Amino acid sequence: MLLIRCPYCEEERPELEFRNAGEAHIARPTDIAAISDDDFEKFFFIRANPKGIIYERWRHVHGCARFFNAVRDTVSDKFVMTYKAGEPKPSKLPGVSK
Amino acid sequence: MSGAFRIGNAGRLTPARTARFTFDGKTYTGVEGDTLASALLANGVHLVGRSFKYHRPRGFLSAGAEEPNALVEISRDSARKTPNVRATVQELYDGLSAKSQNRWPSLSFDVGAVNDVASPFFSAGFYYKTFMWPKSAWKNLYEPNIRSAAGLGVAPDQPDPDHYSSRFAHCDVLVLGGGAAGLAAALAAAETGVRVIVADEQAEFGGALRFESGARIEDQDGWAWAQDVVARLKGMSNVRVLPRTTAFGYYAQNFVGMVERVSDHLADPGHDVPRERLWQVRAKRVVLATGAIERHMVFADNDRPGVMLASAARTYLNHYGVAVGRNVGVYTANDSAYAAAIDLKKAGVNVAAIVDLRDNPSGSLIDQARAAGIEIHDGRAVTRVGGKLRVSSMTVQPKNGGGERTIAIDALLMSAGWTPSVHLFSQSRGKVAFNDDKRFVPGTYAQDCVSVGACNGTDGLAASIDEAYAAGAKAAKEAGGKATKGNKPKVDADEIWSRGMLGSAPGAGPDTTVKAFVDFQNDVTAKDIRQAVREGMRSIEHVKRFTTNGMATDQGKTSNMHGLAIAADMLGKSIPEVGLTTFRAPYTPVTFGAIISHARGPLFDPTRRTPMHGWAEKHGAVFEDVGQWKRAWYFPQAGEDMHAAVNRECVAVRKTAGLFDASTLGKIEVVGPDAAKFMELLYTNPWEKLEVGRCRYGIMLREDGFIYDDGVVGRLAADRFHVTTTTGGAARVMNHMEDYLQTEFPHLNVWLTSISEQWAVIAVQGPKSRDIIAPLVEGIDMSDEAMPHMSVREGKICGVTTRLFRMSFTGDRGFEVNVPADYGQAVWEALWAEGRKHDAAAYGTEAMHVLRAEKGYIIVGQDTDGTVTPNDAGLDWAVGRKKTDFVGIRGLTRPDLVAKGRKQLVGLKTKDPKIVLEEGAQVVDNPNQPIPMKMIGHVTSSYWSENCGRSIALALVAGGRDRMGETLYVPMPDKVIEAEVTGMVFFDEKGERLNG
Ligand SMILES: [Zn+2]
Repeated sequence: MLLIRCPYCEEERPELEFRNAGEAHIARPTDIAAISDDDFEKFFFIRANPKGIIYERWRHVHGCARFFNAVRDTVSDKFVMTYKAGEPKPSKLPGVSK
Repeated sequence: MSGAFRIGNAGRLTPARTARFTFDGKTYTGVEGDTLASALLANGVHLVGRSFKYHRPRGFLSAGAEEPNALVEISRDSARKTPNVRATVQELYDGLSAKSQNRWPSLSFDVGAVNDVASPFFSAGFYYKTFMWPKSAWKNLYEPNIRSAAGLGVAPDQPDPDHYSSRFAHCDVLVLGGGAAGLAAALAAAETGVRVIVADEQAEFGGALRFESGARIEDQDGWAWAQDVVARLKGMSNVRVLPRTTAFGYYAQNFVGMVERVSDHLADPGHDVPRERLWQVRAKRVVLATGAIERHMVFADNDRPGVMLASAARTYLNHYGVAVGRNVGVYTANDSAYAAAIDLKKAGVNVAAIVDLRDNPSGSLIDQARAAGIEIHDGRAVTRVGGKLRVSSMTVQPKNGGGERTIAIDALLMSAGWTPSVHLFSQSRGKVAFNDDKRFVPGTYAQDCVSVGACNGTDGLAASIDEAYAAGAKAAKEAGGKATKGNKPKVDADEIWSRGMLGSAPGAGPDTTVKAFVDFQNDVTAKDIRQAVREGMRSIEHVKRFTTNGMATDQGKTSNMHGLAIAADMLGKSIPEVGLTTFRAPYTPVTFGAIISHARGPLFDPTRRTPMHGWAEKHGAVFEDVGQWKRAWYFPQAGEDMHAAVNRECVAVRKTAGLFDASTLGKIEVVGPDAAKFMELLYTNPWEKLEVGRCRYGIMLREDGFIYDDGVVGRLAADRFHVTTTTGGAARVMNHMEDYLQTEFPHLNVWLTSISEQWAVIAVQGPKSRDIIAPLVEGIDMSDEAMPHMSVREGKICGVTTRLFRMSFTGDRGFEVNVPADYGQAVWEALWAEGRKHDAAAYGTEAMHVLRAEKGYIIVGQDTDGTVTPNDAGLDWAVGRKKTDFVGIRGLTRPDLVAKGRKQLVGLKTKDPKIVLEEGAQVVDNPNQPIPMKMIGHVTSSYWSENCGRSIALALVAGGRDRMGETLYVPMPDKVIEAEVTGMVFFDEKGERLNG
């Protein structure tokens, strides 16, 4: 069972308290009603599904109930870092070269 | 006397403390502290099982958890039968009853042994090759027969009457393994004051000191020192000592799963103690001190009862005081087997000869053996053994060929060297490295752990204790322990296990067809592994699956290295090039009981009951499970079956009134200056203009345009909405709302609160509903003018706060009375008393379903399935056409969602009004077309409607609304049912009864 650091509670808590909520940094278009079919497809259906570093959303559902973002390595399953919802995608990751 | 092979002055047990037990119905006597294995050996019993595939007679290979052969069934009573218990681990208790497995009719005469003669047909990959065709025969013929003939043991056929417990624990340093190294590490860590847990799978700590008669530590015998250290550790408040506890799985971030066997060793455990306890431990640092496992020699018929590991024979002698034979042979490729021979010789057992594969072995143990007068044949191999149910001789030959010589023996001790137990290290995702000694040892670590002693490839007691003590102190320091001077144990006399050999010994290949076993539990021979390579398996993972070597519960404890060496030899590659297979959890089998612990029966899942549950129970309700909820399904009166009760309830609601417990509805309060704006975004409907005190039916979509949930929403104030959701949708709707509020619309000033469990809801529906409620209400004008359909008022009922909704899920005049949950039952009882004056009935969920279907009201999740749009469901009127944004607005215009021919919700009336369609039944437009027919839809809801005097149904049908009046067909196994497509409203089409 993984330990996940909630950036709001500011401590590591067991995975049981959290729920994954899909890829992060996919903003809902403000003019969503007007976007093309292609753009809707990209927004709603297409996901990166990378091998390696993934940016994803988690919710501390059995805790403070806040949604936040996390950087995780899909190969090792390790969490690289977590940060609050709305904060920009980190440009530098601790412990990850390149 | 506890067995003819018990030696008076050897071992650590107290002979006077006898324990009686049975094996295959025969009664024997053992000694307290015995394992079932040592007790049977004391009585001269070696034959204890039949093998998995060939049904070969098998005895004890080992004296520990690595035992692949001696698997027995232990039964306490008819419900407590445990198959596949390793006799080498099961502690003896008075009255223990054990049975051998895999044999019929008896252990010494087993019909299944014909597999051994027919073994050319059962070679590697046999299952894959022989039973491939025809495919259908697999399910009906091959698999059932294979399963009954093969398999290990028989699963119990009654519910497990024992109970199990579970604990979470945290510590600074977790030490796994309680041999000399583990104890030294635990001691070093404990002295710094940090929290330490030390666990060992055996009943007593000490590990290999159990048999190492030459070890002396701190001026004591090694075993005595170990007991002394355990006593000291137990006396420290920062240390938890867990014997009989196996670490079976090493998971992410130093999370270790362990099972403690709490009462399997007790004669009469009683009911107060659990059988096993699951420990889930999170440790800052882990010290792995899991030791090493001795390998067997791979030669012809090396599985005969009486052929066993040298360290096992030594354990039986030095710990249990049992001689495994009277005239033993030794076959080895390393030094440690000599120590076994010397100990046995000293105890008065004849050692016929030591056969050493090495040329001119030298060293102090070899000198001691010679001095003791033991014959040593070096540079020679044991090419085969005689005897079937028990070894009777060994045939010795120079390793490069030459004259044979047969020596009579009654037991053969073998040792090919020691394999470090890297199972847990490997599970922690660490990478092993192949060292100069031809051993896989921990290489690159993936977690905060360290390996010490034999599992780290460290030879010798002194070196192991040095390494372990330093590692324990370092781990403690890293976990925050205070620096201490330390008190490292001093080793006075040492035993060293030098190297051995890997792969098959002379005479077992490469061109012979002898059965030289590599994996005893899975019946895999050296020949099978060679065949796998010949048939094209190149990766060791493929060899493993093709031959089953190292699979199942054994996880390759004794077999992995031999199998790997043989495969590497065949492939002409080095061992590290071929690579080691991955070790899987669990290290040893874990019962389902321990894993599920208390979570079974009524505790499997939480049960949710409404505040009025007790009343419903008292009034004879039959309940149905709706998610975790228990909901009153119907209220049968004397003599009524379900059909009669539901009919009566449905008629009563339309005639007078009915009371229904709607408390399970999800309820969310949406509050704040931007509450209306938020509602506009989350629901398809317009909300800004909804007047305070009025309600609206709302539809919630996902972004893809499909219906996600629905419910009636009341506006209590300009900034306050009381939202209801479906029973099943309560949690996910709340999650969905929070998601949008927190991440997409964080600029909105809104607060969401789940109030599902705060309000009990009593639906009062029917023409008399107002007459029933009104006398109990204060402060609310319930006239049609003051409180029209779809309105909400706050006031009091029976003196308590209420949110009184005028709304209907039946099509009749109706109300939903919300009161604080604690008052739910009291208000229900008051309403019931009023209701009785009007002949009202209590109705359950079945009647609720029928009544709403009579009106064509949908149930999300029953009439929709996640691919239904509001238009498909005939609910276009609820989508605000002037709105510029809401969740799902763009999804609704996707090409597929506006295409013609989509499945639409319609009514179906069977031509024969008495036939009730089956929900889920498929609909076709031409019943005479060839099979497979084109299905154009399916029935989503179907009931007998007593109010309509006929059956009614809703169905999703392609282009359904253009098919009004058409006849469609529902093919069933016995007949085809004709039905006419109709509108969805079957009762009171004009909707006059809402004010009736
Ligand atoms: Zn949190």
